[in-house]
Amino acid sequence: MTAVAVPHLEEHHDPEGSRFGMWLFLLTEILLFAGIFLLYAVYRYQFPEDFHYGATTLHTMVGAINTIILLTSSLTMVLSIAQLVRGDRRGAAVMLGATIALGLSFLVVKIFEWGDKIGHGLFPGSEELMEHTAGENMFYGLYFGMTGLHALHVIVGLGVLAVMLVRVARKPRTTVRIPAPGNVALSLASDDGRRLWDDNADDDVDGVEITLVYAKNEELTDKEVTKLENAGLYWHMVDVIWIFLFPFLYLIT
Amino acid sequence: MSRRTSGAVISYLEAGRGAGFWPWLKSWIFTVDHKRIGVLYLVTIMSFFAIGILLGLTMRLELIAPGKTIIGPDTYNALFTVHGVIMIFLFIIPGLPAIFGNFFLPIQIGARDVFFPRLNLLSWYCYVAGALLAVTALFTGGGAPDTGWTFYVPYAVRTGTNVTLAVFAAFVLGFSSILTGLNFVTTVHRMRTTGMTWFRMPLNVWSLYATAWIQLLATPVVAVTLLLVMLERMFNLGLFDPARGGDPILYQHLFWIYSHPAVYIMILPAMGVVSEIIPTFSGKMIFGYRAIAMSSLAIAFLGYLVWGHHMFTSGMGDTSRWVFSLLTFFVAIPSAIKVFNWVATLYKGSVQMEPALLFVFGFIFLFSIGGLTGMMQSALAVNVHVHDTYFIVGHFHYVMFGGTGFGLFAAVLYWFPKMFGKMIPKKPLYVGFGFMFFGFNLLYFTMLVLGWQGMPRRYYDYVPEFTVGHVHATVGSWILVTGILIVAHTVLKAIRKGEPAPADPWGGTTLEWKIPSPPPHENFVELPVIDAGPYHRPGGVTP
Amino acid sequence: MEEHTRIPYSRYLMVWFALVLFTGVTIMVAGLQVGGWSVFAAIFIAAVKGTLVLFYFMHLRYESGMFKMALTVAMLTLAVIMALTFADVSFR
Repeated sequence: MTAVAVPHLEEHHDPEGSRFGMWLFLLTEILLFAGIFLLYAVYRYQFPEDFHYGATTLHTMVGAINTIILLTSSLTMVLSIAQLVRGDRRGAAVMLGATIALGLSFLVVKIFEWGDKIGHGLFPGSEELMEHTAGENMFYGLYFGMTGLHALHVIVGLGVLAVMLVRVARKPRTTVRIPAPGNVALSLASDDGRRLWDDNADDDVDGVEITLVYAKNEELTDKEVTKLENAGLYWHMVDVIWIFLFPFLYLIT
Repeated sequence: MSRRTSGAVISYLEAGRGAGFWPWLKSWIFTVDHKRIGVLYLVTIMSFFAIGILLGLTMRLELIAPGKTIIGPDTYNALFTVHGVIMIFLFIIPGLPAIFGNFFLPIQIGARDVFFPRLNLLSWYCYVAGALLAVTALFTGGGAPDTGWTFYVPYAVRTGTNVTLAVFAAFVLGFSSILTGLNFVTTVHRMRTTGMTWFRMPLNVWSLYATAWIQLLATPVVAVTLLLVMLERMFNLGLFDPARGGDPILYQHLFWIYSHPAVYIMILPAMGVVSEIIPTFSGKMIFGYRAIAMSSLAIAFLGYLVWGHHMFTSGMGDTSRWVFSLLTFFVAIPSAIKVFNWVATLYKGSVQMEPALLFVFGFIFLFSIGGLTGMMQSALAVNVHVHDTYFIVGHFHYVMFGGTGFGLFAAVLYWFPKMFGKMIPKKPLYVGFGFMFFGFNLLYFTMLVLGWQGMPRRYYDYVPEFTVGHVHATVGSWILVTGILIVAHTVLKAIRKGEPAPADPWGGTTLEWKIPSPPPHENFVELPVIDAGPYHRPGGVTP
Repeated sequence: MEEHTRIPYSRYLMVWFALVLFTGVTIMVAGLQVGGWSVFAAIFIAAVKGTLVLFYFMHLRYESGMFKMALTVAMLTLAVIMALTFADVSFR
C-alpha cells in the first residue's frame, strides 16, 4: 500500500501580521510586570518613608549607567534592523553584536549591584533584613523580585539576539526538499552537463535535501528583516520596562 | 477497514497512514495542521476530564456519611485541590478554545490554518508539559497540594505539600493559553477570507475572539502571582508575609484579577457554540446578531471589573466591597442579552430536535440557574452568609458544568460528524442526557440547599443534620456519571461504527458545512468568497 | 524591501539623544525637594521616554491603528486593575 504523503502547508507571507503577533506577546509581558508593579504601588503607598529610605541605599549612578547602557542597546538594535533593510548583512551583524555586548554589560553591572547588597546581608529572608522595618523588607523584596524578573527577560532576550546574530552573520540560505519515492538512482548535474553528485549507495533513497547558499539574496534577506524586527521588539520592551523600573526603585528619594 | 470520505478527497485524518506506525505517530505529534492539533487536544483534555470526574466521585463517596468513610482528612484536602486544578486548568479553561476553536475557527473564517501553525503546536506541547508536571506534583515532594485550587497564602507558602511544582505546572499551562489567544487574535485580524467582514463572521468566532483577548491580558497576571508564590517558597521572598509587612489580601487580588476573567474564558466559547447550534436547528437566522457579537466583547471587558466579589469576607475595605458588588450586578446584563436573543431565535423557528440542541436547552436552563445564584451572591448581605459554603459550590458547578460542560457536550455532538465523518445514533444520546440532567440537578441543587443551610465547603466532615442532603448529592453524582458514560460510550463507538456523515447533516449555514466530512488537509479547494452574513438562508425559514 | 519603512539613521540618533537627556532630567528632578510631585514627575518622564521608544524604536508611529488599539486595550486593563485594587487599599 503506497504511503500517503503528509502535506506541508505553504508559508504565507504577512510581515505586518507577524509583527502584530509579536506585539500581542509584548502586551502579555506588560501585564506580567503589571502584577509586580501593582504590589510595588500598594506597598509604596503603605510604607512611603521606608521606600524613600530604601531608594537611598541603592546607587543612583550605577542605575543611571545601566539605564544608558540599555537605551544605547536599543539604539544599536534599531540600527541593526535599518542596516538589514538596506541589505547590509555585515553591518547588521556588527550592530547586533554591539547590542548583545551592551546587554551583557547590563547584566554584569546588575551582578555587582546584587552582590553588594547580598554582601551587606540585605537579601530577602536574611537575618539582617529581619532587623529592619516592615517597609524596608517589602522594598528589598520588590527590588530583588522586580530586577530579578527583568534580568531573566534580559537573559532570554540575549539568547534570542544571539540566535539572530548567527542567522544574520552567515550567508543567506534556503533548503529545498525533493522527495524521490521508490527505488530510484539520483544524480545532480549542472546545466552544462557536468555531474556534480551521484548517489551510489545501496540503500533506498527517500529523497534529497539541498541547502542553497547565496552570496547575496534580497528576497531571503527581506524575510529575515521581519524576524529581526520581532527580536528587536522584544528587546525594546525589556528596555521600556527598565525605563520604569529605574525611577521607581532608585529615584524615589 | 476503510475510511469513507466524500469522493476521492483525502481527509486530514488519513494523511500519513500506511507508512508504518512510527511515521504515522510522528505525523500526529509533529503536525502543524490546526485540525489535528484540535484532535490532539480532544484526546488529552478528555483524559484529564475523566480523571477529574473520578476524583469528584471519590470526594462524593467520602461525603456520603459523616466522619471517615473511605479516606482520611489530609487525603480529602488533596483530593479537592487536585480535582479543582485538573478541572479548571486542564479541562475547562483550555477545553472549548483548544479543541473546537483550533478545529473550526480557521474554517469558519475561510482560512487554511491559523496564523502561526507552529506556535499552535507549541501551545499543545505546553499543555502536555503542564499536565505532566501537575501529575508529577502529586507523587513527589510533600505530595499533592492541599491548599485548594486557589493556593491562598499564607498557607500555600507554609504547607509542606508540593505546592511549588503544582503552581509551576499551572504557570506552564498558562503559556499554552496565552499562545492560543495570541494565535486566534492574529488569525481573526489577518486571515479572514475575501468578503468576510467582521460582521459576517460566525458568532462562534466572535466568542473565541473575545476569549482570546482575555487569555492574552489576564493570564500573565496569574503567571507572575504564581511565580511569586514559588519565589516565596524557594527563596523566602516575603512579599506576602504579614510578619514582614506583606499583605496576603494582595495575593487574593492578584489571583482573582486573573481568575475572574478566567471564568469568562470558560463560558464565552460555550456561548459561542450555543449561538451556532440554535440558528441551525431553528432553521432561521439568529436574532440580534450584532447584540450577541457586542455582548461577547462587553462580557470580556466587564469581566475585568468584578474580581473583588470573590473576596467580600477577606478583610478587604468596605468601600471596595460595595464598588465590586455594584459592578458585579452589571456583568450579568450582556449574558442576559444573549439568552434573550437565543430564545427569540427559536421563536417561530422550524425547530429540529437533535441531541446537540437538547444539550443546548440544558445549557440555557442550567446556566440561568447558575447565573441567578451568582446574582444572589453579588449582594453583599447575602454573600457574607453564603461565602465558602456549598451554595458557592453549587453556583459554580451550575455555570461551569451546567454551562460550559453541557456546552462542550453540545459542541461534540454538533461537530462530531464534521470532525470524524460519522453520525452518532440519537436514542442513546437522549437517554444519556436524561441521566445527566436529572443527576446533575440532584447533585448540585441539593448543594445549593445545603449551602443555604450552612454546610461549609472544603470540609471533610459535617454535622449529622446535613447527612440527608449529602446522600442525595452523592446518589446524584452516580446518576450524572452514568449519563456521562452512556454519552461517552455512544460517541466513542460511533468513531468506528457510525453511519457515514454527509458534508451538511444538520442544514447549517456556516462555512464548515460546505466542505467534506471529514475535511481535507487544506480545508478548502479554493478559498471561499463571502457575500452574506453567516446565518443567512436564501428563502427565510428552512422548513 | 518596499514593505519596510526606511527611517533615516539621524532620526534614531536624535531619539536616543532625547532619551539620554530625559534620563538626566529625571535624575536631576529626583534630587530637588518637591515632595509629592516627585512621584508624578518620575512617572511622567518615564512615560515620555517609554513613548519615544515605543513610537520610534518600535515603529509604533508608522504602524496601522490596529497596533495602537491593542496597546491601548492593554494599558486600559492595567489602569483598571490598579484603580480597583486601590479602591480597596486606600480606603481600608
